[in-house]
Amino acid sequence: MTNPSIEAVNLSKTYGSFTALSNLNLKIEGSKCVGFLGPNGAGKTTTLKIFTDLIRQSSGEALINGNNVHTHKKAALANVGTVIETPEIYPSLTPTEALGMISAIRGIPHSERKKKIEDVIVEVGMQEWANKRVGKFSKGMKQRICIASALLSDPTIVLLDEPTTGLDPRGMSEVRDIVKSLKKKDRLIFMSSHILSEVADVCDEVAMIDHGKLLVYDTLPNVTAKFAGGANIVEVELIRPIDSSIMEKNIAVIQGVVSAEKKDDKNLRIKCSGGLDIQEKVLSDLVRLNIGVVSYKPASSALEESYLNLIKDTL
Amino acid sequence: MEKPTTEVGHKVPGSIAQVGVVMRYSFLDYLRSRRFVILLGITFIISGILTGVIGYYRPAGFLGSPLAFLSGWWGMSVTFITVLSGIFFGGDAISGEFQNKTGYFTLPNPIRRSSIYVGKWLSAFIAASIILLIFTVITLANETYYFPGVSIPWQFGESFLFAWFYLVAVLGFTFFFSSLFKSTSYSILVTAILFLFAFTLIQTLVSALAQVEPWFILTYGSQIIGNVLTTTYPEHITTIAGFGGRGGAAAPTFTTFNVTIPEGLAIIAVYFLVTAALGLILFERKEFN
Repeated sequence: MTNPSIEAVNLSKTYGSFTALSNLNLKIEGSKCVGFLGPNGAGKTTTLKIFTDLIRQSSGEALINGNNVHTHKKAALANVGTVIETPEIYPSLTPTEALGMISAIRGIPHSERKKKIEDVIVEVGMQEWANKRVGKFSKGMKQRICIASALLSDPTIVLLDEPTTGLDPRGMSEVRDIVKSLKKKDRLIFMSSHILSEVADVCDEVAMIDHGKLLVYDTLPNVTAKFAGGANIVEVELIRPIDSSIMEKNIAVIQGVVSAEKKDDKNLRIKCSGGLDIQEKVLSDLVRLNIGVVSYKPASSALEESYLNLIKDTL
Repeated sequence: MEKPTTEVGHKVPGSIAQVGVVMRYSFLDYLRSRRFVILLGITFIISGILTGVIGYYRPAGFLGSPLAFLSGWWGMSVTFITVLSGIFFGGDAISGEFQNKTGYFTLPNPIRRSSIYVGKWLSAFIAASIILLIFTVITLANETYYFPGVSIPWQFGESFLFAWFYLVAVLGFTFFFSSLFKSTSYSILVTAILFLFAFTLIQTLVSALAQVEPWFILTYGSQIIGNVLTTTYPEHITTIAGFGGRGGAAAPTFTTFNVTIPEGLAIIAVYFLVTAALGLILFERKEFN
């Protein structure tokens, strides 16, 4: 299997005197989940629309697996599943029919089609509605069908534009779980979002954009290490409550730990002094303490701090 | 060029096969839509009114001969039904992809925009053809009722084919306006105004006042549908002298134009080709902002 890749080469988009995207150069390669962050009007959706041929770039190139999206659309999008904005589906069709159309367009053989459609419908939890017309569906239900259509051909690249926007909290959580489940397979997921906690929760790397320009593209820990005031904050979840004395005597003194606090009995917030190396050492020391570590992840607030620092600099 | 293949080994179908897919599902959408039922209802209402009026009043102009009957019944209404079909099925076919955001579902797939355009056009053509066929069956059933045992005049076959060809151009035209606007109401309104009022008005003004043949108006070309049902095909140009002018001035003359069959076919064909090409180019270039 080839390494999935998307690449923007000097990508620009202007609307009259307004520059939506300015010489964007970004290459993302391999199976990973990349969050695409930026304020409203930063150029996130513009970038994703260019990569799906919904709009044309003013200059530069958008390449997917080395194929120019504009000139070789069919080859470029053959292995790509997308959900851009909140698509609507022909209202008289049922999810099974709408997905049947997409599977036929994508060339999924007749013999596999029925099973594939059933599988993706189950994956997005819409089996009860599979044969009801889409016209009466809520926004969240339609969004699930659109995610199902993006997964139909088992793509190696998934492009998502704020996939949880407009959904209720339950819908957001469900869509987030679906995105997480996508990571289990070898896929490149490129997802724009406003919700920093979502990106911190789901993504391995982040690209930040503002005023159509790329500000940073790096791994999540590196971004937070560089831009969150020189410290990385990690959230640690424990299987059992922890004693305050252990916090003071054992954790706060670990080399690389700047500060450690309890969010509650089973959740800690640890500020580390450096990047991935330090974090790895802190984690191994925590495990050695035998305090029941079940999860260890960068805190979304660190990403928020990085985001605000970066965006502030461009104002 | 080899067809693109997905990682899991599926070959993305060729553009023609994809046209067929879009056509099939768009047609399914049309067939289940309220607009299809409404248009069917309008067709039945028109047919019902004609059946009732002719059955009750038995107008001599209609019942003189099968050709006169068909000229009155079919010639008067088929262009209206054709235009309505074009507006109903083509008016928002492309603009709806933008306004209703269905384009966000279909376009970011390995499919050319032209395949979507052509597929939707074909589905609209099939849906409109069904309406036209239903009206044809009702027309012939009535004709057979009033003229039992008399064979259907061959001119009707010709007129039917012209009407079908006219439908092609009407749909080309409505799809063009549908590509021009991103708003469904604008595209429907503009095509409805053009076909139901503006074309007829311009045609009348150009021929009656300027005394110029309105060869550039699609509805002028569509006159062949009714004209072919007359016993003798009308003269291309007829000039009638009016009453004497004031103060001994020469009497004014009035010229009427009747499109010839080759001319009518050419107008319809050119309208279709030009509007279909322009509509396709517009859709290819239009952005989903």
